[in-house]
Amino acid sequence: MPFQWFVALRYLRDAKGQTALILSAVSVGVSVVVFLSALINGLQSSLIESTLGSQPHVTVRAPREAPRPLVEPTPERAVARLIQPASQRLRSIDQWATVMADAERVAGVTAASATVTGSGVATRADARLPIVIRGVDPDRFLAIIDLRSKMVQGGVDLSGGRVVIGSTLATDLGVGVGDKLRIASTEGVEDLVTIAGIFELGNDAVDKTWVMTSLRHAQSLFGLPGGATTIEFTVADVFAADVVAGEINARTGFTAESWMMLNAELLSGLSAQSSSKTMIQFFVVVTVALGIASVLIVSVVQKSREIGILRAVGTPPRRILAVFLIQGGVLGLVGSVVGSALGVAFAKLFETMTSNPDGLPRFPVQIDITLLASSTVLAISVGLIAAVLPALRAARLDPATAIRSG
Amino acid sequence: MADPLLSVVQVVREYGDRVRTRALAGVDLVLDRGEFAALIGPSGSGKSTLLNIVGLLDRPTSGRVILDGTDTSGLDERALTALRARTIGFVFQFHHLLPAFTAVENVMLPAWADEGVPSRAMRDKALELLDAVGLSDRASYRTNALSGGQQQRVAIARALARGPQLVLADEPTGNLDTASSDEVFDLMRNFNRQFGTTFLVVTHDPRIADRCTRIVEMVDGRVRSDQIRSS
Repeated sequence: MPFQWFVALRYLRDAKGQTALILSAVSVGVSVVVFLSALINGLQSSLIESTLGSQPHVTVRAPREAPRPLVEPTPERAVARLIQPASQRLRSIDQWATVMADAERVAGVTAASATVTGSGVATRADARLPIVIRGVDPDRFLAIIDLRSKMVQGGVDLSGGRVVIGSTLATDLGVGVGDKLRIASTEGVEDLVTIAGIFELGNDAVDKTWVMTSLRHAQSLFGLPGGATTIEFTVADVFAADVVAGEINARTGFTAESWMMLNAELLSGLSAQSSSKTMIQFFVVVTVALGIASVLIVSVVQKSREIGILRAVGTPPRRILAVFLIQGGVLGLVGSVVGSALGVAFAKLFETMTSNPDGLPRFPVQIDITLLASSTVLAISVGLIAAVLPALRAARLDPATAIRSG
Repeated sequence: MADPLLSVVQVVREYGDRVRTRALAGVDLVLDRGEFAALIGPSGSGKSTLLNIVGLLDRPTSGRVILDGTDTSGLDERALTALRARTIGFVFQFHHLLPAFTAVENVMLPAWADEGVPSRAMRDKALELLDAVGLSDRASYRTNALSGGQQQRVAIARALARGPQLVLADEPTGNLDTASSDEVFDLMRNFNRQFGTTFLVVTHDPRIADRCTRIVEMVDGRVRSDQIRSS
């Protein structure tokens, strides 16, 4: 074994109590970092998952109608104008099939679906409730929002005037699978539909208003034959949705909104959560670093005579330096392995203890190999950095003085 | 006549910035190969300072130290360390073995520290030396499990591990009873006779000094007398 490794490991082994104490401290520190990351990452991804479970990652809409001036001012003629914002009506995206085909070619887009989405009213006996009518091509739409896994009753069948509706809406209207329902669009077109299924996406606004029907049916309800009011997309990396949206916009000329723009509050909440996590981790790391540094400084002071002897018998200063750097690195490595195991155990225990009665976790934790690997790299780096000062101090000891007074 | 092993020329060593303390006030000393010299003198006469300077652990304020033909005044720290590792062995008063290591590891230490990785030859040499100092059965003992005399014998084995030309011993028997002192002295003397290793031994013990081939006496940072004796 190389000299510096041998001496470093022997010193750590020899000072058992001191080594055990600082290893416990490093382990606890790493376990806090791992536990906190697992918990917060888990919370964040379950939040994002539930948010994205009921909405597409990117949406392209028909442009808003803008007022068009009747008379333009010229250098010779000033015009006094009163501009009134144009009222918005449901419009189809011009050439939507081409737009969709273009947008589908943007890197990162994994699925696309055209929809006709508009407001309406559902009537059943005395109940009249506002609804959102969403006409889709089921094959394409299911790749955007997987309704099949969210069905609580019936199936996803949108053929021949059949619809699937949200669970809250079904309860509010008092209907079940097989029941008839009268729906009317804001264009004043009415139809009697059969309920083929009831879904629950976990988003109250959606479960309370959505009525899914076929694209063709919605087109006729809104008087947009062959049209589509929005094109919805999923992307491979949800956090790159705004980049993909920008790309779609550049390629098609239509405004594309990412889920990130529509959920800015959620994102700022997540980012605040991440910042507080980072702060806590920072202080834990600083504490661990100070712990390792102080133990090694004490060790250098305690062993200064021995260091002097090692120097006197011909050990180059760089090997003395390495002896203490290795100790710092080893403390970081062993501490991170033990700490990662502890952190994973804490996280799993926490997940089990706080799970719902049905056994599903209320606070799902997310542990991935990247987290553990980065904690290990972090702990080793912290160990090495913390050891730099003591190691330099040891390497610079004057052998004659150290032997005399050490 | 062959080149001397060590020439100390007008070496001055001063300490302190404002108040200068002169530990060595112009020392001249020449040691030939194979000598077994005692360095005596009252406390504070500069013996240990001279030993540190000769051992390249300290640098003189002025003057020169020429070791084995190399003028050390122009060498940097790295070169000094390398020269020290290959030319000089140390025996300290309090043995200064490393308690975390076994006897054989302590003896291997100088070569191991210099070369980086241990070798079978290093270990064999260390065991051979431990055998020579009569401690082959204690090779795998931690040094704090050994008696004072045994520890000092391990220290002598360590000093000789790299076949140094010069061994500097700072009161090697100062901490031992008479029987152990004699044993340790005899060991060093045998190595000196057998391998021609030069020894410079700082001692307060007149019995030890009397058995050396030369007695250098220091007073107030200077060499007061220098007697060559028959060996």
